[in-house]
Amino acid sequence: MMDYTYTLFIPLVPLFVFLILGLLGHKMPPIVAGLIGTLGLGLSAVLSYFTAMNYFWTSHVPETAYTSIKGFEVPWLHLTEKLTIHLGVLIDPISVMMLVVITTVSLMVHIYSIGYMKGDPGFYRFFSFLSLFSFSMLGLVLATNIFQMYIFWELVGVSSFLLIGFYYEKPSAVAASKKAFIVTRFADLGFLIGILMLSFNTGTFDFQTLTNPHGPAIAQAGGVAFMGMSVLTWSLIFIFVGGAGKSAMFPFHIWLPDAMEGPTPVSALIHAATMVVAGVYLVARLFPVFALGAPDALHVVAWIGGFSSIFAAVIACTQTDIKRVLAFSTMSQIGYMMLALGVSGYGGEEGLGFMASNFHLFTHAMFKALLFLGAGAVIHAVHSNEMGDMGNLRKYLPITHITFLIACLTIAGIPPFSGFFSKDEILAAAFKDNKMLFAIEYIVAGLTAFYMFRLYYGIFWGKKTHYHHTPHEAPKVMTIPLLILAFGSVFAGFLPFHNLVTSDGKGFESHIDWMIAIPSILIGVLGIAIATVMYKSETAIPDKMAQSFKHLYKWALRKFYMDEVYLFVTRKIIFRYISMPIAWFDRHIVDGTMNGIAGITQYAAYSIKGLQSGKLQQYAFVFVSGTVILVLIFVYLV
Amino acid sequence: MIQNIPLSYFLVISTAMFFIGIYGFLTRRNLITMLMSVELILNSVNINFVAFNKYLFPQHLQGHFFMLIVIAVAASEAAVAIAIIINIYRNFKSIDVENVDEMKF
Repeated sequence: MMDYTYTLFIPLVPLFVFLILGLLGHKMPPIVAGLIGTLGLGLSAVLSYFTAMNYFWTSHVPETAYTSIKGFEVPWLHLTEKLTIHLGVLIDPISVMMLVVITTVSLMVHIYSIGYMKGDPGFYRFFSFLSLFSFSMLGLVLATNIFQMYIFWELVGVSSFLLIGFYYEKPSAVAASKKAFIVTRFADLGFLIGILMLSFNTGTFDFQTLTNPHGPAIAQAGGVAFMGMSVLTWSLIFIFVGGAGKSAMFPFHIWLPDAMEGPTPVSALIHAATMVVAGVYLVARLFPVFALGAPDALHVVAWIGGFSSIFAAVIACTQTDIKRVLAFSTMSQIGYMMLALGVSGYGGEEGLGFMASNFHLFTHAMFKALLFLGAGAVIHAVHSNEMGDMGNLRKYLPITHITFLIACLTIAGIPPFSGFFSKDEILAAAFKDNKMLFAIEYIVAGLTAFYMFRLYYGIFWGKKTHYHHTPHEAPKVMTIPLLILAFGSVFAGFLPFHNLVTSDGKGFESHIDWMIAIPSILIGVLGIAIATVMYKSETAIPDKMAQSFKHLYKWALRKFYMDEVYLFVTRKIIFRYISMPIAWFDRHIVDGTMNGIAGITQYAAYSIKGLQSGKLQQYAFVFVSGTVILVLIFVYLV
Repeated sequence: MIQNIPLSYFLVISTAMFFIGIYGFLTRRNLITMLMSVELILNSVNINFVAFNKYLFPQHLQGHFFMLIVIAVAASEAAVAIAIIINIYRNFKSIDVENVDEMKF
């Protein structure tokens, strides 16, 4: 058994950096602030890699299951005997995997940002926020109990808010940050209700106790029923609502496309690789409870994931803002992960979906961060997000072009890139469990290949050759992270995930099922082929296609009017029929009562203030007369 | 000798003094005169104390003592009142009670 106390420093170093940069950053030259942030994160990354080596290989006895270990824990808030909230560090396969993902992507983004944010007046502020985010996210994955997770969950929400609204002088960025915060906060209400229900019924916040498959928690809470489902199911559905909000699952996805208002490195770190997979991580963290205690809740997860993935894929085919295409692609890929968790069973071969989901999370973090950083390099070169302003960039941006192509092939699931392996496992898991969901995911795989190559050709091929000033390749500090991530995207698929990250900690034998792999490669190739025909050089086919599917195209372009639905529900229904009567009641009845009391008092004061004339003898006269009258009354009448 | 004077005589004179004091307090405009009226009221009460003590409870002395306390209190009260009046005079250049009506609504 290793001592894992040092893992405490993995989140604490970024916190420390955040404090330094936040308090003293404005006095430093920008480059120093950037270097401090990057070095701090580098230290966390080294510690994470060391932890991963240690946990998975060095101190692990072969042929035994991976157990979860508490590296550190202190009681933080002692309320009663039963209700004590701890803070600590939990080490188990998924948290160690997440440590690696977060610190890697975050480190790449830090390095990249030194180039990307160069000259920005908020340079030090940007790095301090990045450190705050890294701290919160690392704290989230290391949480030993669900309440600690909730605390850090809100902290990542806040840092996401701060970073989306980084360009706070832009009204659209302010609106987007508010939207992201309110929508996720609203979903977090579900999470909180879920936590309260779950811990009330099981009597514990602790993950180890909760997820112990033979423990009392799962058995206890399964019994009590409410509206046809057990309380455990209900609480897990509520918790999933919180996860769906952070992970931009339908119908809480509306904040994610707008969140692209933030700086591009932020989109890469928060809105592609790490924070948005917090929902997946949450479900994975509670997976034994889902799988053994509440299979119904797991079905909800699967269907929401499946629906979100196809919904987002269709929208992504029509968007023209490159970051928005990537945002919808992120939503679609997270849908994949959710679905994989939803179709998974517990233990051994049954847990294929669980493994596939975490595998895909890992590979997705690599290639999606690469895509976003590549998009950032393109935006850096052309100063526009619109595909219409791009084209034929492959000559000007050779490194970005190659790495972007690798990422596109990876997400399209072409072997031997890593996306192929993880996606294949997901499809295999879906095929075993539910043919309908498999069919959806199969179509989504084709759509993914199509829209990613539409994006690729739109940026790097196509018509346009004239620019106001010649686009130039990004500086080395930006291209090196691209190359590192490209390396990760290519080779991450060869990691033996089925031995490392499994639902019960025991490894199992997994091999590629060519009956599923070959069709999935074929549909990926088909998607690429269609995109090549339509977008490689400028043709009339896209317009014709748009014409022939006029309504579908229009609906998808307007994101199926989900924003309008939200506006309608909030403005026309909630504001008009709930908020306005309540506001009227508050203004007229509640305020009216208080104002009335004050008014009466004031009126009475005005009418009797003449009595206080300041004339001493008048007072004396009134006093004497009063006394005389009282004496007369007592003498003659009583 | 005092036995020849009935108690009611004392009461009549104290009542008369009391109301003369009240009348003076309510009608005089000069603060010093008002203070003198208050002294009249107090002394009428003193007469009452002593008279009742002498006629009704000759073996006790509480009335006499209480009268002494009242005299002491009246003396200190006069000192305070005159201090106030001097201050008023410094502020208003007058000791007319009509002018001292700043403390109102």
